[in-house]
Amino acid sequence: MDFSGFLDTIDVFKNAIWQTLFMSVVSLVVSGVLGLTLGTALYATRPGNLFGNRVVFVLLGFVVNLVRPIPFVIFLAAITPLQIAAVGTTAVTFAISLAAAFAVARIVEQSLINVDPGVVEAARAVGASRIRILLGVVIPEGLGPLILGYTFIFIGIVDMTAQAGIVGGGGLGEYAITYGKQRYDYGIIYVAVLAIIIIVQVGQVVGNRLARNAMRR
Amino acid sequence: MSALISLTKVSKSFDRRDGSTVTAVDAVSLEVAKGEVLAVIGYSGAGKSTLVRLLNALEKPTSGSVVVAGQDLTKLSEGDLRTARSKIGMIFQQFNLFRSRTVAGNVAYPLKVAGVAKAERDRRTAELLDFVGLLDRAHSYPEQLSGGQKQRVGIARALATNPPLLLCDEATSALDPETTSEVLALLRRVNAELGVTIVVITHEMDAVRQIADRVAVMENGRLVEIGDVYDVFSDPQTAAAQRFVRSATHDRPSAETIGRLRAHHPGRIVSVRITDEPGLQQRIDAVFRDTGTSAELVYGGVSEIRERRTGSLTYELTGGVDAALEALAAQGVHAEEEA
Repeated sequence: MDFSGFLDTIDVFKNAIWQTLFMSVVSLVVSGVLGLTLGTALYATRPGNLFGNRVVFVLLGFVVNLVRPIPFVIFLAAITPLQIAAVGTTAVTFAISLAAAFAVARIVEQSLINVDPGVVEAARAVGASRIRILLGVVIPEGLGPLILGYTFIFIGIVDMTAQAGIVGGGGLGEYAITYGKQRYDYGIIYVAVLAIIIIVQVGQVVGNRLARNAMRR
Repeated sequence: MSALISLTKVSKSFDRRDGSTVTAVDAVSLEVAKGEVLAVIGYSGAGKSTLVRLLNALEKPTSGSVVVAGQDLTKLSEGDLRTARSKIGMIFQQFNLFRSRTVAGNVAYPLKVAGVAKAERDRRTAELLDFVGLLDRAHSYPEQLSGGQKQRVGIARALATNPPLLLCDEATSALDPETTSEVLALLRRVNAELGVTIVVITHEMDAVRQIADRVAVMENGRLVEIGDVYDVFSDPQTAAAQRFVRSATHDRPSAETIGRLRAHHPGRIVSVRITDEPGLQQRIDAVFRDTGTSAELVYGGVSEIRERRTGSLTYELTGGVDAALEALAAQGVHAEEEA
C-alpha cells in the first residue's frame, strides 16, 4: 500500500478531521436539543400520558415520519434553498442538524416510553405539575437509555458528515472522495476510513461509560 | 370522631376501545374517620385501585362527590388539586421510587414540589429517614435497597409533607411475609404515633388483620360490606366477604375437604363459630353431654383478631344431633351443618 499521497496531503487530512469533529459535535448538540424537545412532546402528548392529546400526537408523528425516510443525500439537495450559506461546512452542519433532529425525536420518544409509569404516578400523587414531572422525573429517569440513544445518533451523524462530502461539505468524507477515490489513491481512502472508525469507537466508549454511570443509580 | 374522607355515591366508568364502558367503581358511599385505619379488600378487578385513586384525584369520578379534609376534590381546579394531593400521601405495590434520585432525594422530592426551603428540607428528610430507620442509607440509590427498605423509603416520601391521610395501594403485596410484617408494623406506628389516617387497599387478609380497624369489601365495583374487622372476620354477612374470610383464615373446611372428611366420618359434619364469649367451650361441651351427642373434632382453627378470639371448629356429631343443634341455637351459639 502506498501512503505517499496521504503524506503529501496530511495538512488537508488534519483539517478534515477537525471539520468532521466540528460538524458531528455541533450537529449532535443542535439536533439533540431540537430532537429532545420534539421527542418529549411526542411522549407527553401520547394518549394516556401527561399531556395526552391525540390530535397533536398524530400531527407531530406525521411530521416526523414525513422527514425521516428521506435518504440524507437527497435531503441535502432538497434543503439547499433553505440553507444560510449555500455550500461548505456550516451549511452541511445545518442540514445534518435538521435531518438528525427527527431521528433524535423518535429515539427520545422510545427512551421515555420505557420510563416506569409508576414513578410518573408517584410524582403526580405528591402534587407535582406536569411540566415539573417531565423535566424533573421523566427525563432523569430515562437518562441511561437517552445517552445510549444519543450515542447511536452520534454515529449516524458521523456517517452523514461523510455523505456531505459529496456536496462539498468538507471533512473526512470529502477528503476520501476528492483525494482518494478520484485519484484512485486507496492509501488515502483507508486512512480516512480508519480515522472515522476511531472517532466512532471513541464516541461509543464515551457514550457507554456515561450511560453506565447514569443507570448505575 | 369526625370524618376525614367522605364519599357520596361515587362512580367511575372507563370507556373501552370497542366503545363499551366498564364501571370500575359503582355508587360507593363511605366515610373514614380521622385517625382510623380502613382496609379495602376484594379480588383483582373489584375496583379497589380505582377507588384509592379517586381519593387523591389521580382519577376523576364520573359522578358523586369525594370530600377529603373538608375539600370536595371533584370541584377543584388543576392547580388546587395539586395542593390537595400534596396533603395526601400514597405508597405503591412496586414502590415507584425515583431511581435517578438518592434515598434522601426521593424523600425530599415532595418537599421540593411544595416549595420548602433547602435547610428545612434537609432537616425534615433526616427526621423522616430516622423515623423509618434508614438514616444510614440516605445517600444510597433505590436499586441498592431491599424490597422492605424501598417501601420504607416510599413511606418516608409519602409522609414528607405531613399529610393527615396515607393511601396504601397493595403496599405489601410484593414483599415476603416477614418484610410484610415489618412494613405493617411501621404503618401501625405511622397511625399511632403520627395520628395519620390510613386507607389500605389489599387482597391479603393477613395485612387486614394486622393493621385495620375497619374493613370494606368490594365486589364488581360495589361496596358490599363494611364493618369492624372483628365483626367482618368472625361473622361475614355477604357471600363475597365469606369467601374472602374463609380463604384467609382457613378455619372452615372447603367443599373438597368436607368430601374427604365424609369418607372417614359417617356422622353429621357441623361447624361451630368460636367467638370471644367467655365460657363458650364449656357451654358447647355441656350441650353435647346433655343431648347425648358424641362429638369428634375434625377440622378448625382459632386465632386472634384485634386481640379478640375468633375462629371455627368443625365436629363430626353422632347421637342426638338435632336436639344438640337446637340447644346450641337456644344458647346463641352459631352452629351450621356443612352441606
